[in-house]
Amino acid sequence: MDIFLQQLLNGLVLGSLYALVALGYTMVYGILELINFAHGEVVMIGAMVALTVLGVLAGTPLPPAAMLAIAAAVAIPACMATGFTIERVAYRPLRRAPRLAPLITAIGVSIVLQNVAMIVWGRQYVSFPPLIDVHIHEVAGATITNVQIAIVALAALIMAGLLLLVRRTRLGRAMRATAQNREVAELMGVDVNRVISATFVIGSALAAVAGMMVAAYYGLAHYAMGFMLGLKAFTAAVLGGIGNIPGAMLGGLLLGIIESLGAGYIGDLTGGFLGSHYQDIFAFLVLILVLVFRPSGLLGERIADRA
Amino acid sequence: MNLARPLGLVLALVSAAATAADTVKIGCVAPLTGPQAHLGKDIENGARLAIDEINAARPTLAGKPVRFELVVEDDQADPRTATIVGQKLVDAGVKGVVGHLNSGASIPASKIYSDAGVPQMSPASTAILYTRQGFKTTYRVMANDAQQGKALGGAAVKIGKRVAVVDDRTAYGQGLADEVAKAVVAAGGEVVGREFTTDKSTDFTAILTSLKAKRPDVVVYGGMDPQAAPMVRQMRQLGIKAAFMGGDGMQSTEFIKLAGNVAEGVTGSSPGLPLEKMPGGGAFTQKFNARFGKIQIYAPFAYDAAQVLVAAMRKADSAEPARYLPELAKVSLDGVIGPIAFDAYGDLEDGPVTLYQVKGGQWVPVETVGGK
Repeated sequence: MDIFLQQLLNGLVLGSLYALVALGYTMVYGILELINFAHGEVVMIGAMVALTVLGVLAGTPLPPAAMLAIAAAVAIPACMATGFTIERVAYRPLRRAPRLAPLITAIGVSIVLQNVAMIVWGRQYVSFPPLIDVHIHEVAGATITNVQIAIVALAALIMAGLLLLVRRTRLGRAMRATAQNREVAELMGVDVNRVISATFVIGSALAAVAGMMVAAYYGLAHYAMGFMLGLKAFTAAVLGGIGNIPGAMLGGLLLGIIESLGAGYIGDLTGGFLGSHYQDIFAFLVLILVLVFRPSGLLGERIADRA
Repeated sequence: MNLARPLGLVLALVSAAATAADTVKIGCVAPLTGPQAHLGKDIENGARLAIDEINAARPTLAGKPVRFELVVEDDQADPRTATIVGQKLVDAGVKGVVGHLNSGASIPASKIYSDAGVPQMSPASTAILYTRQGFKTTYRVMANDAQQGKALGGAAVKIGKRVAVVDDRTAYGQGLADEVAKAVVAAGGEVVGREFTTDKSTDFTAILTSLKAKRPDVVVYGGMDPQAAPMVRQMRQLGIKAAFMGGDGMQSTEFIKLAGNVAEGVTGSSPGLPLEKMPGGGAFTQKFNARFGKIQIYAPFAYDAAQVLVAAMRKADSAEPARYLPELAKVSLDGVIGPIAFDAYGDLEDGPVTLYQVKGGQWVPVETVGGK
């Protein structure tokens, strides 16, 4: 039982990370019906920039919390700028092009960003400096660390903030209007270009936070780390219903738990025929099943809510 | 084409003039560019030192004076390039090859040397497959992963009988882990869990949690440092107190850097003796430092690889591979790295493996397994 609980907790932490990244996919899809495949790379850039800043600050007498805050204060704007630039350079000129064109540019941007990161930060893994004192807490036989608690709590807080932004603010209303019907929103005086830029910038800020969390949790970052993470988060978004913000959160959490339980029990259940290195196939098995049986996802592509 | 023939003739004349005293070419191949360039250069320098020393003693074969010449090629640690430069060496008429560094380069190139009948002496490749392809020309002066797996498995059982084995499903990781599992059982231990990951994963919480339920005393990982470091970190976060061990893929300074404070107490194995424990280590270090600077890892192995090839040629009194290959199989000499003799596969007989432990943020040698 404690093992089952532990797997659930593992899944919850992993799922929170997926959910945070999935939001970036789902917000952009809600407004543009574009799958921004470069989003995973924005996560990677967030992690890399944060680690570079931490590396520079390493010798200074600042307290660790201040260092992390400074790193976030640099990484978040850096990712926002990256997201903004990607949209301006690679997607806006193609906005009236057939839908396949921006999808292919998205893949192109993803490859370009990976290679730029490889040139800037090298091929090696970059390690996260030992700033955070890890405390291990016991909960009914399972363990959870303060880092994991922080990840789950921070992700929940950010997601709640995002929901408030979309549902209660002027910008949120403009985003929802643009998602429903771009032309009509424009006629009503919504500056559609500004709203789309804002969507990319907000999604990228979330990606920066997710990148820092991933680097802190696993203790390392790498130029190719965003690729798989991006694919998983995209799956999570589809699972919840792409374009649907609460759907991305639910999809992320569910996917994390499915992966954790799947990898944890597959070996024992199949008598060793299938091993735990098939962990990654669970995400894509889920993707295929959802696309075949419920293409609109668990919560559906609710137009009124997509943003 | 028109130009090629006269040019070839001129070249032939020039080289004929130069080879008045019979020249025997020895190939040396390793990655000389790219991220492993420093290790490749280490091999080249080691082999060069050996060849220069041999030449200084004015060697003779079949009563005639000979001069050995090192022909160096760069395989870029790439399997495809390895076959191209391997063919180039064969075409250049080398009588033996010191190389390659990576198993992934040694294995594809070994077919080319085997087809040409040229003996290959790797100073660094540890994959078991390298000498198990049925070729008569594959040799190495480095312990292999079977010997490494045996050392790790034995050491694991000394810590505790319940051993969990994890690997990354690569040729290296899986090969090593299978050998560890065999050795654990042979030493009277029990493999309580066998889990797998990939060489690109960073999250191991699911597999570690299943292992936790099996209460292992030791977790042994077959794979590289970018996975080993987060794995040991996540083990500690999950409250698993088992010892952590791994092979040379994680016995690196990079591992200590990535794992930070959780690296302490981790055991890693590496084929061969540490430099200071090698019988000829002290004298070799002095000679090498005076000429090339610091030894990375492989220079003493490459030095011995070249020495062994020449020793077999002397014994056969011929540099022709067909003549000296049988002598190579029977070689028995004291090298810098220790006694060198080969088993039926061309592997170092009783190749030594050194176990290291992280103490105070450094790999410290604790025990040597095997060797004579």
